[in-house]
Amino acid sequence: MFGFISLAWLQLTHEKTRLLTALAGVAFACILMFLQFGFQDALFDSATLVERKMNADLVLISKKSEAFFAMKSFARRSLYQTLQHKEVAQVMPMYVGLGPWKNPWNGRTRSLLVMGFNPEVSVLDLPGIAENLDFLKQSDTVLFDRNSRAEFGDVPAALGKGTAVSAEVNQRRVDVKGLFTLGASFAADGTIVTSDLNFLRIFKDHRQEAIHVGIIKLQPGTNPLVIKNLLQREMPEDVRVLTQAEFVQFEKEYWETGTAIGFIFSLGVAMGFVVGMVIAYQILHSDVANHLAEYATLKAMGYTDRFLIGVVAQESFLLSAIGYVPGILISWGLYELTKQATFLPMEITFGRAALVLFLTFGMCLASGVLAMRKLRQADPADIF
Amino acid sequence: MMNASVSIQNLDFAFGEGELQKQILFDVSLEIQAGEIVLLTGPSGSGKTTLLTLIGALRSAQSGSLSVLGHELAGATTEQLVAARRKIGYIFQAHNLLKFLTAQQNVEMSLELHPDLTKAERSRRAAEILDAVGLDDRKHYFPDSLSGGQKQRVAIARALAARPQLILADEPTAALDGKTGRTIVDMLKTLAKEQGCPILMVTHDNRVLDIADRIVHMEDGRLVRS
Ligand SMILES: Nc1ncnc2c1ncn2[C@@H]1O[C@H](COP(=O)(O)OP(=O)(O)OP(=O)(O)O)[C@@H](O)[C@H]1O
Ligand SMILES: [Mg+2]
Repeated sequence: MFGFISLAWLQLTHEKTRLLTALAGVAFACILMFLQFGFQDALFDSATLVERKMNADLVLISKKSEAFFAMKSFARRSLYQTLQHKEVAQVMPMYVGLGPWKNPWNGRTRSLLVMGFNPEVSVLDLPGIAENLDFLKQSDTVLFDRNSRAEFGDVPAALGKGTAVSAEVNQRRVDVKGLFTLGASFAADGTIVTSDLNFLRIFKDHRQEAIHVGIIKLQPGTNPLVIKNLLQREMPEDVRVLTQAEFVQFEKEYWETGTAIGFIFSLGVAMGFVVGMVIAYQILHSDVANHLAEYATLKAMGYTDRFLIGVVAQESFLLSAIGYVPGILISWGLYELTKQATFLPMEITFGRAALVLFLTFGMCLASGVLAMRKLRQADPADIF
Repeated sequence: MMNASVSIQNLDFAFGEGELQKQILFDVSLEIQAGEIVLLTGPSGSGKTTLLTLIGALRSAQSGSLSVLGHELAGATTEQLVAARRKIGYIFQAHNLLKFLTAQQNVEMSLELHPDLTKAERSRRAAEILDAVGLDDRKHYFPDSLSGGQKQRVAIARALAARPQLILADEPTAALDGKTGRTIVDMLKTLAKEQGCPILMVTHDNRVLDIADRIVHMEDGRLVRS
C-alpha cells in the first residue's frame, strides 16, 4: 500500500501548519539564492555588454585601465602602427568618458557614459546603432540608450512623438537624433553614443591623440591569438593587446575581484543556503526527535537502520522538491519586477534553475544527514 | 525440547563495562513451548524487562545460550538480530503507534516487512485483524482520535498481523483501567491460541494471572519457581 516514499510523505504532510512553515523556509532560501545569482549575473552581463557587442578581433587598451567606465588613454599612433601588418584589415579609435547630462525637462544633472567613434563603421553591434550612424556625421548629435534610467528624462517617448530633443552634456548642447538599446549597468545609469569628433567637442580638453580603446579588425581567416602575440611585442610599455574574449574577461574581473561585489553576492548565496539548511534541519530533527519511540518500535519490528535513514533522506528530498516549486515561481516574479524597475538583464536560465535546485537538494540533504545522527538514539531496547 | 520456541540456558547479563559493570541476570534458564502462555512476575528492578529485550533480540546477549525460534542470539550480529525480530510480535506498555498513520496503516507497517504478501493481501489482512480486535469502525482513525484502550488494541493488532511465532508483552495493561485491561488480555489470549503462538508477558496485574499456562517469578535477576 505504501513504500517508504509515502511514509516520508505522510509524516511530512501530517501537520499542515508545520509543512507550510517548512515550505516557506525552503522557498525563502531558494528565492534568496536565485536573487543573489540573478543580481550577480546581471551585473556581470550588463557590465560586459559593450565589450561583448564590440565589433573587434583585437583591442588595444592602456595598461593602467581597470574598467570600461574609467579607461586611461594611450597614444593613437600605437593603434595606427599596427596597420603595417597585412593581417590587420582596419583600425578604429574609440573614446570613452563619463560626463554630466542635464535632464532637458527638469534641469537636473546626472552623469552618464559617453562613447565616441568614427561613424563610418558600425563598431557596436547593438540594436539601433547601425541604422542611425548617419545622424552622427552631423556635428553635436548623439544617440541615446532607450534603457537609460528614467532620471535622464523620457527621451524615448519624446522622440517617439516626433519632438526634437536636445540636452546638455558636459555643458555642450547636443541633439538626440535616435535611440539604441544597451541597458543600465552598475557602472553607468545611462549611455549616449556619438562620433569621435563630437566626443572631442563635448570633452573640449581631451586631445584627439589620446584614445581609450583601439579596435582592430583582422583579415578574414587570421588567428587573432597569433597576431595578438606579434603586436604585444611591438607595442609600447603602456599598451595591452587583448582578444575580444579577453576584453570581456578584463571587464568582468574588475567587478568580480576589483570590487567587493562578487564577494557580497557569494556571501548572499551562502546565507540563503545556511538559512535554508537551518530551517530544514529544524523540521527534520524535530521529526526524528518527536518520533524516537515510534522509530525504535519500527526497529523492534524488524525495520533496519537503512530503512529509517532512507525515510529521513526521502523527507529531505521531498522538502527540497516541494519548497523549490514556489521558490522558483516567486523568484521568476521578482526577476520580472527587477527587470522592469532596473532594466538589468535578469533571466532564469536553465543552468541557474538547475544550480539552485542542486543547492536546495544539497541544503536539505545536509540537514537530513545531521538529523540522521539523532536516529541512533532510537534504541529498540529502550522502549519496553 | 527440540521444538521449544524459546530455550535459554545459564544466561548471565550485565550492563556497563569494567569497573562500572553491573550484573542484572544470573544463570537464567527458561523454556517456552509453542502455544504456551507464560507470565513473568517479580519486583521492580528484578530484571524482567531486561530478559524480555534479550529474548526479543533487541539487545545482544554476551554469555550463555539463548535460542529463539531457531536463532542463536548469544553473540549474534545486527543482521541476525533484525532477522529474528521479524518473527516476533511486541506489545509495549506505551502503544508507540505512528501518529501520522491511521490504525489500518499502522498495522500494515508490520506487514510491509513480508514481501511475499501482495498489497491487496496486506490491506485485507490488516482489516481482518482490526475487525478481530473490535476496531472495525475505527480503521481510518489516526491514533490521536482513539482512546487508550483502542490504541492498545491497534498495537495488539499490529503485533499479531504478521502472524508472529512469539509474542512478547511488557505490562500491556499497565496504562489501562481494570476492565479494559481484562478485555485486552482475553483478546490477546484468544488470538494467540488461534495462531498457536506462544506468549511471554510481564505483568504486575494480579487480575490477569488466570490466563497463564505457567507463571515464572523473577527475583534479583534469578528465576525462582513459584
Ligand atoms: N540500559 C541500562 N543500563 C544500565 N542499567 C540498566 C539499564 N536498563 C535497566 N538497568 C538496570 O537493570 C535492572 C533491571 O531493570 P529492568 O528494567 O529489567 O527491571 P524490571 O524487572 O523490568 O523492573 P520494572 O518492574 O520496574 O519494570 C535495574 O536495576 C535497572 O536499573
Ligand atoms: Mg520493566
